Amino acid sequence: MTMREKIEAAAARYPSRRSAIMPALLIAQKEHGHLPGPVLEEVADILGVERIWVYELATFYTLFHTEPVGLFHLQLCDNVSCMLCGAEALLGHLEATLGIGKGETTSDGLFTLSTVECLGACEMAPVMQVGDDYHGKLDAARLEALLKDFR
Amino acid sequence: MFERVLLKNVDLPDGHLLRSYEAGGGYGALAKVLREHTPEEIVELVKQSNLRGRGGAGFPTGMKWSFVPKQTAKPKYLCCNADEGEPGTFKDRIIMERDPHQLIEGLAVSGYAIGAETAYVYIRGEYVTAIRRLEQAIAEARDAGYLGRGVLGSDLNFDVHIHCGAGAYICGEETAMLESLEGRRAQPRLKPPFPAVAGLYASPTVINNVETLACVPHIVARGADWFRGIGPDKSPGPKLYCVSGQVRRPGLYELPMGIALRELIEEHAGGPLPGRKVKAVIPGGVSAPVIPETGLDVGMDFESLAAVGSMLGSAGVIVVDDTTCMVKVATRIVEFFHHESCGKCTPCREGLNWAVKVLRRIEAGEGTAGDLEQLDMLCKGIFGNTFCALGDGAAMGLRAALKHFSDEFVAHIEEHRCPFHS
Ligand SMILES: NC(=O)C1=CN([C@@H]2O[C@H](COP(=O)(O)OP(=O)(O)OC[C@H]3O[C@@H](n4cnc5c(N)ncnc54)[C@H](O)[C@@H]3O)[C@@H](O)[C@H]2O)C=CC1
Ligand SMILES: Cc1cc2nc3c(=O)[nH]c(=O)nc-3n(C[C@H](O)[C@H](O)[C@H](O)COP(=O)(O)O)c2cc1C
Ligand code: SF4
Ligand code: FES
Repeated sequence: MTMREKIEAAAARYPSRRSAIMPALLIAQKEHGHLPGPVLEEVADILGVERIWVYELATFYTLFHTEPVGLFHLQLCDNVSCMLCGAEALLGHLEATLGIGKGETTSDGLFTLSTVECLGACEMAPVMQVGDDYHGKLDAARLEALLKDFR
Repeated sequence: MFERVLLKNVDLPDGHLLRSYEAGGGYGALAKVLREHTPEEIVELVKQSNLRGRGGAGFPTGMKWSFVPKQTAKPKYLCCNADEGEPGTFKDRIIMERDPHQLIEGLAVSGYAIGAETAYVYIRGEYVTAIRRLEQAIAEARDAGYLGRGVLGSDLNFDVHIHCGAGAYICGEETAMLESLEGRRAQPRLKPPFPAVAGLYASPTVINNVETLACVPHIVARGADWFRGIGPDKSPGPKLYCVSGQVRRPGLYELPMGIALRELIEEHAGGPLPGRKVKAVIPGGVSAPVIPETGLDVGMDFESLAAVGSMLGSAGVIVVDDTTCMVKVATRIVEFFHHESCGKCTPCREGLNWAVKVLRRIEAGEGTAGDLEQLDMLCKGIFGNTFCALGDGAAMGLRAALKHFSDEFVAHIEEHRCPFHS
């Protein structure tokens, strides 16, 4: 299916086109990796809604990226349960190994490092989400093994 | 051992597939409802069961359903709150990943009861596995005639759609969720009108948590008296408890409502890590005020926790041991609420910003004598003066930490350092 067809299929689930902006942005982001201005405009045009409505949502929700992110987006949870199980040390470890701070991307474009709020998987704290996958019960050794896999 | 009801299927290797669910009697309640009961009877049954909302506020589910107007030309909607953003909470994820048909059956029976033909399940976008499993389960249920036009040959039309969130805790607040579903920024609406009267697209809308809906087929199958017979009469039923933090066996536990917090932690979750002692427990996600170790004999139900100044909330039980600095925990929690504040009202947006600054200063050993008073004043300024319960939750939590662990706050200020950082 083309992006337009996917967005139309999503829009059919709602009585209002505006409701389909969020699903459409998720579809567009999957397609393009992130959401630059022209993609936002395309989404607005496909749905036939005001552009400002689309911009508004793309900037409100944290899972939408208007700037490019690395191939592997390391999203380490540092909320309470993960903090209690050592997330802070893991963040330090990642920063040192990758040579970047949180919010930054490695110069080869491979990794972006972020901290995120609770991922809803506190039973396996500390947890990191990378792409679609959760990696739990992390320690320095498991983290190293993961990074090696990605590279 | 307490019989697992809600978690019956979660350890089956293919628990998420229709055939596993059907093999355990799944969709029997839906068939029974369509064959034998009117919608009014189901609302009455759920009222009799005393089921109360598992999303945190504990509002009686049957009563909420009965507020949906009968005579209306508008379509009615059912929304399932699967946004699960409360730190310490992961029960809804596990239901959706491992037993999604239980939720779908709950949706279908509830939709029939309130007269809705469409349900939206609002799932946080991070829950990729849950989203996939639920999508697959919806497709299976449609093929098998449990969803769609003329469910199981009856004249019920009912379908379920997934709406993915995109990373904002506030979307879990039901009216913010409605805004988000309508394609706007998720900022809460003023209540009343309650969604049951005017919700999605200004139509009557029932919003229920995943676990709440998952209870419904069991109530139909086994009766209101069975449900009411588990745990305290005012807060009955089987309950999912999410245990995390500094404890030997973190995990999801299904036990009766009202079980003692101490028993949950010590017997079921294995107690503290070797050589450590439990210092404090947050019983219901970070919105719930912290309880010091001496208070752990409290029952895990809505009334008992409210009576000790805390709340059951989402039953996200976070265990903190004696190696951890409570100022740090409190700071992290207030930072979270500040980060997630939608910015609509000033006491929440500005008050939390200020509180974070003061807390960080204290934790860094740079606090001054007036800081505790200032935090107290900030809590007063926020509590009761905000649009939604996010601000209240933040203020209540901070107040409890200040009250029960004032010695740790004072030590930071007097010693000009964090006593836990040697
Ligand atoms: N599960 C989670 O991840 C989280 C849960 N929470 C919980 O949320 C709770 C606060 O939720 P709120 O929705 O603000 O509570 P609320 O008390 O305003 O409402 C609870 C439910 O009852 C309904 N209701 C209440 N009075 C009604 C009336 N007169 N007529 C019709 N319906 C009525 C509301 O529509 C809502 O569905 C907190 O106690 C907290 O524990 C907070 C954050 C996250
Ligand atoms: C800031 C905030 C966040 C919330 N997040 C959730 C949530 O993630 N899941 C949930 O079920 N309820 C959440 N709630 C409670 C909902 O507003 C609502 O009470 C609940 O979904 C009703 O369902 P129930 O009656 O089945 O519990 C939240 C409330 C507030 C104030
Ligand atoms: S209390 Fe906070 S989150 Fe709730 S409406 Fe006000 S600013 Fe938004
Ligand atoms: S606190 Fe990290 S997953 Fe919940």
